[in-house]
Amino acid sequence: MVSVRIGALDRKLLRDIWHLRGQVLAVTAVVMCGIAVFLTMRGMVESLVDTRDRYYAEYRFADVFANVKRAPESVAARIAAMPGVRAVETGITLEVMLDVPDLAEPATAQLISLPDGGSPRLNRLHLRSGRTVAAGARDEVLASEAFARANRLEPGATITAVINGRRERLVIVGIAISPEFIYTLRPASGLPDDRRYGILWMSRAALENAYDMDGAFNRVALGLEPGASERDVITALDRLLERYGAIGAYGRGEHLSDKVIRDEIRQDSIYGGVISAIFLGVAAFIVHIVLSRLVAIQRDQLGVIKAFGYGNRAIAAHFVKLALLVVVSGTLLGIPVAAWLGEGLAAIYRDFFHFPHYEWQLSARGLAMSVAISAASAFTGAYVAVLGAIRLPPAEAMRPPTPARFRPGWIERAGFQRWLSMTERMVVRNLERRPWKGALSVLGLALAVAIIVVGRYGIDALDRIIDVQFRATLKDDITIELNNPRAAAAIEAIAQLPGVIRAEPFRAVPVRLRAGHREKRTAVIGFAAQGNLHALVDLDYRATPMPDEGIVLSTKLAGQLGLAIGDRFMVELLEGARRSEAVVLAATVDDLVGLGAYMSLPALNRLMHEPAETLSGAYLTVDPAARERLYRRLKEMPMVRGVSVKESMLANFRDVIARSLLVQTIANIVFASVIAFGVVYNSVRIALSERGNELASLRVLGFTHREVAAMLLGEQLVLVLVAIPLGFAVGAGICAMLVMALDAQETMRLPLVFSGRTFAFAFVIVATAAMLSAFAIWRRLRGLDLIAVLKTRE
Amino acid sequence: MQVQNGCMGNKPVFRVRGVSKVYRMGEVEVHALREVDLDLYAGEFVVLLGASGSGKSTLLNIVGGLDVPTAGEVHYLDHDLTAATDEALTRFRREHVGFVFQFYNLIPSLTALENVSLVTEIAARPLAPDEALRLVGLGDRLNHFPAQLSGGEQQRVAVARAVAKRPDVLLCDEPTGALDFASGKVVLEVLDRVNRELGTTTVVITHNAAIAAMADRVIHIGSGRIAEIGANAAKASPAELSW
Ligand SMILES: Nc1ncnc2c1ncn2[C@@H]1O[C@H](COP(=O)(O)OP(=O)(O)OP(=O)(O)O)[C@@H](O)[C@H]1O
Ligand SMILES: [Mg+2]
Repeated sequence: MVSVRIGALDRKLLRDIWHLRGQVLAVTAVVMCGIAVFLTMRGMVESLVDTRDRYYAEYRFADVFANVKRAPESVAARIAAMPGVRAVETGITLEVMLDVPDLAEPATAQLISLPDGGSPRLNRLHLRSGRTVAAGARDEVLASEAFARANRLEPGATITAVINGRRERLVIVGIAISPEFIYTLRPASGLPDDRRYGILWMSRAALENAYDMDGAFNRVALGLEPGASERDVITALDRLLERYGAIGAYGRGEHLSDKVIRDEIRQDSIYGGVISAIFLGVAAFIVHIVLSRLVAIQRDQLGVIKAFGYGNRAIAAHFVKLALLVVVSGTLLGIPVAAWLGEGLAAIYRDFFHFPHYEWQLSARGLAMSVAISAASAFTGAYVAVLGAIRLPPAEAMRPPTPARFRPGWIERAGFQRWLSMTERMVVRNLERRPWKGALSVLGLALAVAIIVVGRYGIDALDRIIDVQFRATLKDDITIELNNPRAAAAIEAIAQLPGVIRAEPFRAVPVRLRAGHREKRTAVIGFAAQGNLHALVDLDYRATPMPDEGIVLSTKLAGQLGLAIGDRFMVELLEGARRSEAVVLAATVDDLVGLGAYMSLPALNRLMHEPAETLSGAYLTVDPAARERLYRRLKEMPMVRGVSVKESMLANFRDVIARSLLVQTIANIVFASVIAFGVVYNSVRIALSERGNELASLRVLGFTHREVAAMLLGEQLVLVLVAIPLGFAVGAGICAMLVMALDAQETMRLPLVFSGRTFAFAFVIVATAAMLSAFAIWRRLRGLDLIAVLKTRE
Repeated sequence: MQVQNGCMGNKPVFRVRGVSKVYRMGEVEVHALREVDLDLYAGEFVVLLGASGSGKSTLLNIVGGLDVPTAGEVHYLDHDLTAATDEALTRFRREHVGFVFQFYNLIPSLTALENVSLVTEIAARPLAPDEALRLVGLGDRLNHFPAQLSGGEQQRVAVARAVAKRPDVLLCDEPTGALDFASGKVVLEVLDRVNRELGTTTVVITHNAAIAAMADRVIHIGSGRIAEIGANAAKASPAELSW
C-alpha cells in the first residue's frame, strides 16, 4: 500500500520535472559549473600538494640552503655533525653568460656542480632525456628542461658559455629537472624567462678546475632530521659559515621555487573556494525560487494530497527528491567537465612547474566533499519552500487564492506615477510587491557579473604590476650585472658600448635586515638619486624621492620587520667588509614585486666603506638599431655576469600568461553566462507562470505579443540594469578579499585595480546571456494558450 | 425567423459558414463544433444557451478571434478571420472586440480605473475610463485594486473594461456565472444599456435560461450544432428577470 502511494507521488514528481525541464536544466547547469570549478581547483590543489610532496621526498629536496664565498670541503663534516642534520650536500655554483644558438640576446645560466660518480645526496636530478655527464668531463652539461624546451635544445646541442673569462663550448648531453627548480625564476628578476635563463649542471671536478675551487665549495644544502628545529640549524650554520663569506642560510620558506609553488597553491585554493561558493550560492537561490514557485502553483494539489492522508514527511521527501536530482545530475555532469578543465590547466602548469610527472587528479575525499557541499546548497535552497509546503493547512490549500494584493508603492506615493503608463505601472508594482524576490534575482545576476570581474581581475592586476615595475620603476631597456663590484671607470666603459644611449650605475648588496627579533634576507639596491632609469614608484604611480641618507623599504618588508619611518635598525652586510651597521628607515614605497630595499648609491657605498661610485651593474637605454651589435659585445665581456633585456622578458612573459589566461577566461565566460542565463531564465520563466493568466488576458484584450513580452521582460530589464553596477561592486569586493587573503605573498602583491575593459566585458557577457534567455521566453510567449487561461480560475 | 432578422434591416456583421472544431487527443477525436452556420447582425443582443460541453465557448472564441476553426470560414464584415495571421487576429480583437469572462481576468496589479485605462490606451475612440466605470455604477471605486473589490464589482470592472473601448462586438462567456442574483442583475443591466445606447452587437453565453428573455435572439447549441434559434418578439428588461 505504501509503495503504491509513493509510486503515485513519484509519478507526479517525474511529470513536474518534465514540465519544469527548462528550469531544472538551468539549475543543473549552475550546479554543474559550481561542482566543476570546485573539483577543478580542489583537484589542482590536491595534485600540486601531492606531486610536490612526493617529488620532494623521492628526490630528497633539502631543508636548509646556504651560499658562501669559498669554504674548504672539510667544513662539510662539521656541518654534518651539527645536531638535527641528517644529510649534507656541498657544491659549486655560479652564474655565467651564455651564447645560445638562434638567440640574439645573451642568456644567463646558473651553473651547478654534480658530484662525480654517484648522484647527489640531496636535490637529486630527474633525467628527462639523454644521459648524465661523465665524471670530470669539462665540456658536458645537463640542461634544465624549461630552458632546453624554450630554446628547442635537444641532447647533442651545443652552446657557448663564458667560463672564468674564457668562451667554452658545452655539449648538452641530457635534459634534467630538479626539486630545487620546479619553477625557475632568476633571483632579483621579477619575471620568469625560460629562454634567457636556465640551469646547467656540470661535473664538479671540471668546475673546481675552471674556477680554482679544488677541495672547496660555495653552496651547501642540508637535510634535517624529522623534528629538528630549522631555526636552530640555521643559526648554528650561519655561525659556522660566517668566516667563509656566507650570505645567510635560509629554509624552504625562503626558497624561491618552493615559495612560488606555495603561493600558487594558496591562490588556487582561495580562488577556487570563492568561485565555487558563488556558484553554489546561486544554485541554492535558483533551487529556492523554482521550488517555492512549485509549491505556490501546487498549493491546491498539495492540499488534496494532504487531505487524503499523506504525511509531512512524504511531502517533504517529494520536494527534496527534486533538489536531490539536481545535485546528483549536476555532480555527475560536473566531474567530466572538471576532469577536462583540470587536464587543460595541468597542461599549462606543466609549462610553469617542472615535476617528473604531473597530472590533475582528484581524491575520493574531494569528490565526497563536493557532493556534500552541493547537496547542502541544494537543501538550503529547498528548505524554505519545503517548509511552506508542510505548513500549508489542507483546507486553506483548497481555497482559491484571492487576487494578489497590490498597493501603490513608494515610487507612486512619491508622485512619479503620472509619468508611468499602465504597463510601466504593472512593472513597478510587481517589483515593489515582492522586493525580496527581485532582490534575490538581482543578487544572482550580480554574482554572474562578479564572476567575470573576478576572473578578469588577474589580467588587470598583472598589467598594472608589469606597468608599475617595468615601465614606471625600471625605465631601462637592458639591465647588466657585473661579476664583482667595480670602480667608476666601469660605467664609462659600458657607456662606450655600441648603441648605448644612457648608462646609469647601480649597486646590489646582499643583506640581512634585523629589527628586534625579526630578520629578513634581501638585497639593498643603491642607485643614483638623480638618475632617470630607476625610480621608487608605488602601485598608484606615486613617486617617492630617494633620500640622500637612510634606507627605503618596500612597505610590505617594513611591515614584516615591524618598522615605522624614522626607526633605526640593523643592516648586516653580507658582502665585502661584512659588518653590521645601523640605518634609519627614511621612507617606504608600496611596491608590488618582491621585498625591496633601496638606498642612494653614495649612501650604500659609504655604508660599505667603499668609494662612492662603486657599482655592480648598470641600467641602459639603447638604440634599437644597434642592439645586435651590443648583444655580441656583451656576450664577450668577461666582467658581465648577466644581462636582462626587458622587451624580450616581457614579450615572453605575456606569451606564457596569455596562454594560461585563455583557458581561465573561456571557463569564466562560460560559467558566468550559465549563471546569468540560469538566473534570468528562471526568474522570467517563473514570472511567466505566475502571470500567465494576466498576460493571456492582455493578449485576449488585443495586446500584441510584443507588448505583452515588453511587460514581462521590462521587469527583468530593470533587474538586469540594477544588477550590473551592483555586480561590479560585488566583484570588486571579492577581489579586495582575494587581495587581502593573498597578502602574505612575497613574490608579488596584487594591486586592486580594474580596467574599463573588464567591466565592459562583464557587461556584454551578462547582457548577452540575459538577452538569450529573454529570447527563449519570447518564443514561449508565442505559444501561450489564450483559451486555456480563460477556463481556469488561476 | 429569417424574415424577422431581415426586418431589422441589417446586414450580418459575422458570417459563420460550415465551421467545425475538432480536438484530437491521441486516438480520440472530440468534435466541439460540427459544421455550424450562423449570422450575427449589427446591434443585436444574442444569448447562447446549451448544455455543458456543447461547444458554446468554442464558438464564442472562434468568433472573437481567440481560436481558429478546424474547417469552415468566419467573416467579420470583410475580414476573413479564418485566414488571418496571429498579428491580424490581435489587431481584430484590439479594434473591434470587447470580452467579458466568467472569471473577470482583471490585472491584479492595476486599480479599477487603470484596468480600464489599460484598454482605452490602445483604443481608437474610447470612453473616458472613469465614465465607463460610472456606467457600471463604480464611480466611487476608481482607485480600488481587484483584491479590494467584491466578485460582482470585479465583474462590473471587467464589463467597463470591455465597453470602454466602444467595441463593435461584445462577447461575454458566462458573465454572471460566478455572481449572486443581485450582482448578476446589475451586470446584465449594464450589458443591456450598452447594447441599447451604444448599439454594440452583444453575445452572452449563459446556463441561465431566464436570461434568454432579455435577448433579441436565443441560440440553442447541442452537441456542437445549432439546435434552434428563437426570437423574442418583446425583449424583457433585466429588471423584470428573476431566477
Ligand atoms: N483544449 C481542448 N482539448 C480537447 N477537448 C476540448 C478542449 N477544449 C474543449 N474541448 C471539448 O470541446 C467540447 C466543447 O467545449 P466548450 O468549452 O466549447 O463547451 P461549453 O459549451 O462552453 O461548455 P461549458 O458550458 O461547460 O463551458 C467539450 O466536449 C470539451 O471537452
Ligand atoms: Mg464554456
